[in-house]
Amino acid sequence: MAQAGQDAKFFTRGKIEEFKADLHAADAKDKKFVKRKTVLKKIVANITMGNDMSPLFTDVVQSLGTPLLEIKKMVYLFLVSYGRSAKPEQINMVIPFFLQDVNDRNPLIRALAIRTMSYIPIPVVTDALTESLRHCLRDRDPYVRKTAAICVAKLYAADPRRAEKGGFVEMLRDLMLDANATVVANAVAALSEIGDRPDGVIFKLNLTAANKLLSALDESSEWGQIYIMDSLLRFVPERHSDAEIMAERIVVQLQHANSAVVLTTIKILLYLMNYMENRRLIEYLCKKMGPPLVALLSSGPEVQYVALRNILLIIQRRPAVLKNDVKVFFCKYNDPIYVKLAKLEIMYRLARAENCREVLAELQEYASEVDVDFVRKAVRSIGRLAIKVEPGADGCIQTLLELIEAGLAYVVQEAVIVIKDIFRRYPGKYEGIIPKLCEHLDSLDEPESKAAIVWIIGQFADRIDNADDLLEVLVDTFLEESVEVQLALLTATVKLFIYKSKSEKAKELVHKILKWATEEVDNPDLRDRGFMYWRMLAINPTLAGEIVLAEKPPITTDSDRMDRGALDQLLLHTGTLGSIYHKNPETFIRNAAGRALTDSPALNPNSRAVLVHLPRPQIPGPPISVQGRGPVERPPNQPPTTTGPPGLAPTDSLIPGEDAAPAPPLPPRRNPAPQDSHTDDDDAGDDSDNDAETAQNRNDDPYSNLDSAFSTYLADEPKPMGAGAHRGRNDDDLLF
Amino acid sequence: MLSAFFIFNQKGEVLISRLYRTDFKRSIADVFRIQVVSNSDVRSPIITLGSTSFFHVRINNLYVVAVTKTNANAALVFEFCYRFINICKSYFGKIDEEAIKNNFALVYELIDEICDFGYPQNSEIDTLKSYITTESVVSQNIPADESSKITSQATGAISWRRPDVKYKKNEAFVDVIETVNLSMSAKGNVLRAEVDGHIMMRAYLSGTPECKFGLNDKLVIDKSQGGGGGDAVELDDCRFHQCVRLNEFDATRTISFIPPDGEFELMGYRSTSNVKLPLRVIPTVTEVGSGQVNYDVVVKANFSNKLAATNVVLRIPTPLNTTTADCKVATGKAKYAPSENVMIWKIPRIQGGQECIFSATAILTTSVTNRQVWARPPIDVDFQVLMFTASGLIVRFLKVFEKTSYQSIKWVRYLTKASGGYQIRF
Repeated sequence: MAQAGQDAKFFTRGKIEEFKADLHAADAKDKKFVKRKTVLKKIVANITMGNDMSPLFTDVVQSLGTPLLEIKKMVYLFLVSYGRSAKPEQINMVIPFFLQDVNDRNPLIRALAIRTMSYIPIPVVTDALTESLRHCLRDRDPYVRKTAAICVAKLYAADPRRAEKGGFVEMLRDLMLDANATVVANAVAALSEIGDRPDGVIFKLNLTAANKLLSALDESSEWGQIYIMDSLLRFVPERHSDAEIMAERIVVQLQHANSAVVLTTIKILLYLMNYMENRRLIEYLCKKMGPPLVALLSSGPEVQYVALRNILLIIQRRPAVLKNDVKVFFCKYNDPIYVKLAKLEIMYRLARAENCREVLAELQEYASEVDVDFVRKAVRSIGRLAIKVEPGADGCIQTLLELIEAGLAYVVQEAVIVIKDIFRRYPGKYEGIIPKLCEHLDSLDEPESKAAIVWIIGQFADRIDNADDLLEVLVDTFLEESVEVQLALLTATVKLFIYKSKSEKAKELVHKILKWATEEVDNPDLRDRGFMYWRMLAINPTLAGEIVLAEKPPITTDSDRMDRGALDQLLLHTGTLGSIYHKNPETFIRNAAGRALTDSPALNPNSRAVLVHLPRPQIPGPPISVQGRGPVERPPNQPPTTTGPPGLAPTDSLIPGEDAAPAPPLPPRRNPAPQDSHTDDDDAGDDSDNDAETAQNRNDDPYSNLDSAFSTYLADEPKPMGAGAHRGRNDDDLLF
Repeated sequence: MLSAFFIFNQKGEVLISRLYRTDFKRSIADVFRIQVVSNSDVRSPIITLGSTSFFHVRINNLYVVAVTKTNANAALVFEFCYRFINICKSYFGKIDEEAIKNNFALVYELIDEICDFGYPQNSEIDTLKSYITTESVVSQNIPADESSKITSQATGAISWRRPDVKYKKNEAFVDVIETVNLSMSAKGNVLRAEVDGHIMMRAYLSGTPECKFGLNDKLVIDKSQGGGGGDAVELDDCRFHQCVRLNEFDATRTISFIPPDGEFELMGYRSTSNVKLPLRVIPTVTEVGSGQVNYDVVVKANFSNKLAATNVVLRIPTPLNTTTADCKVATGKAKYAPSENVMIWKIPRIQGGQECIFSATAILTTSVTNRQVWARPPIDVDFQVLMFTASGLIVRFLKVFEKTSYQSIKWVRYLTKASGGYQIRF
């Protein structure tokens, strides 16, 4: 171990003038350059603290003549910090020193010089660099070459056209054949970076090139292995055997201690699998991937988190990877919250009839922890489990009831929300628990849970004796509620009225609500729905009943995962930020390169069928103009309804006037086609159920059913903060 | 890849700031300070704002932070942070605010060397130490062949080892360290038992030694003896240091390598089958009315009486509204720690086969302020047992071949421990 430094004292704010004086004083009688070193350290400490040291430029640069490597490095650090904003004559002072170093006998110094120069992307320095770099790319020392390779990427970032014209990209290509693996890896990293730029040179690999890179794999550092393997995504296998042989070559890397090597290997294996034919090999590879993924859970919590978010994606596409391992995802009491939340999601995914009891017991345990977010998610998972695994439903309901019994407000709210969905999933089975839910009406103060209980009361108003009383209480605050609850109340009172059309109270309620919804509320959805119901009830209450209380298809969790094409695409980003957020990077990072599987004769037909094509880079076009008449606004203060309760009112006055002439009353239909009814009339009914309903009719939409049922659940997912899905605009980055 | 690298102290002051790319200004550090350091409820190690992502790792009183504007490889970024932390530990003996501040110039040198334009580069400690030192180096004085030795090592196939290592006495120490993670249900069922094993090696060997290493891994035993040996251990997976030839392991299950000089982790593994639990904990906790909780906890040492568990610490949770707790123990010491809502029972040593008993009564306030349901967090047990492996893993051989064929002495030590992951619910 090196001797302990004692430099903490330098972290005090210093004055430019003092430093200047100190630097000059250091010229004399400073045998071992101790004084100079001390001043420079003070300056570096001040740079770190964010104090502007740029006025010292000329003075600091004088120290470059000192033969001490330590001092040289500090001056270089200063140059990297302030070189870009220096005056040309100041920079001109430095260039000779750089050029001298570039020709130093010591390869470390040569590398240091070009590395530093390339960090100062201004024309004067770049000019000087270009010539030196050309030599350094052919230096006999591999350390200089590997440094030079990265310098090309920096040069390209500073001045793409100069780098191209100077032939540097070609030189990088040549370096991919270098005898030294580290040089190869850095050349690949630089080419990949250039290739990912929107204005960059396209970087693709053919079979020969890919194999050449693979032969450098064994001798590369762990980071180099990552750069090399990453680049294999740029190789598109033309034959099944090419993909298969390549996979067999890299599969041993799964045993690497570095999690990034492991995840990159998995990314490439998953990619190559799309081009394979040999079923047994695919199965073998899947089996091979499981244990290393689980092993990542013994890394630090941050890597665990990355691993968990990726596992969640991988098991959706390749369930064989981790079939029987739900236990390893059980939360430890002291796991960080982000690890716990990610584990919870995986536990749910891996839950089946065989392990349902164990999973439920765990979830129940979590429901008594302290982190509110975690507890809520645990409760919600219990409900999802009930919906997903039928044999486990009884147990889940039992557990939920116990949790409700305990009475913790946020637990009750979550429980009510999921129970609503359970009623939908198993009609006629669990409605007996409704009275228990109603006991906790007072603790439901969040929109989602309130909307859920309102839906339950409305839907089952025929079985709840005091449904009208309950709704009457809830309706009181109608005007203050959020739209979600208002919509639910509107539908629920209509249902109540249909069930108990004889009840004066029900009549009174529905009238009150319809009036509010159509007259007092600004929200167009709510108003429209109010009109719709009113009209239906007025024209034909019986038919309205059939429509509003139409049998709802039970919800399922079959479609509770991403579709294959999207997964195939997302898995090309395994291990990266995109895989954490489960979003394609081009949707949340400006100028990020999108990826998609490339078609080839070897591509698996199933993958081809769902192939996602990369959209061309989008340039925001002119605003879209729609031809024709815009929406006509109804003049304010002309509410169309001044009449009595619906159902009793004369028909034509209920129709909101769009034109002067009221629309004629609709002829009663004998057999209303259900499709018609809910696409037109009932759409956006009680939030979730009608959405699900329409989705069900579209049948195979993979995202359909549960999106809305678990809306907050999905909203809980980690996501970039305040990230817009816009690209190419400069103001989307609020930071700068 | 990385655009910037920062180290912050707990107050959010910048201790190290290195911008690798020009897409940020120094002031980006302020954003992190606001979003993470001064935020009491940080719920992710990665935060993305617009196109900018901050990755952070907390270590002691520091935040090690990487910033990027690309779709960076998140695993790589964190591995890089971990590596940086290890390098600091090796250079300075520790990593904390004091160590970073006292050596900041060296830290700048290091991060410039191990990361170029945001791409992690050679970060093998042994190699770094050969050319990044605290001693003053006069650049002209380095002989050219000396530095090309360094550069060829830093870029070579065996980047982790200097070629000219010499020792008078050639020795290799192998430590098999197993951490047991246990989750036991209130009914005494094992919900999850898992061994997280690490084989640490300290190699003090001259020249370029070729090592072969063998374990009683089931796959190896099956191969060599044509039938599962009785003591074979099933490893769920294993992962190796950079130096191990993975191709060879895949083909023949032999672990062969040229070790780095000094200490390194040769191998990590995980085992979940037949985990031997060294300590059995049997809690009986009864709530008497709403004012009192009675505890009886028995700890049994479940291993040979020639061995002993040391530094045993049980942390037994009490309800949040506990006012006093009275603990009685025959072995060790026990006390109530009100600030943490636990009773801590420390037993310096438990011999194999021995049984220790703890009994306590916790008195609760019965004030009517709405009493939250007690979550009953699990009892947590920490301990160490020397010369014992919970997985049953044994090192069968370690052979060292070197062209001068010197004699080498090998030492093997086993340690099974638990720290924070051995939990019994009640």
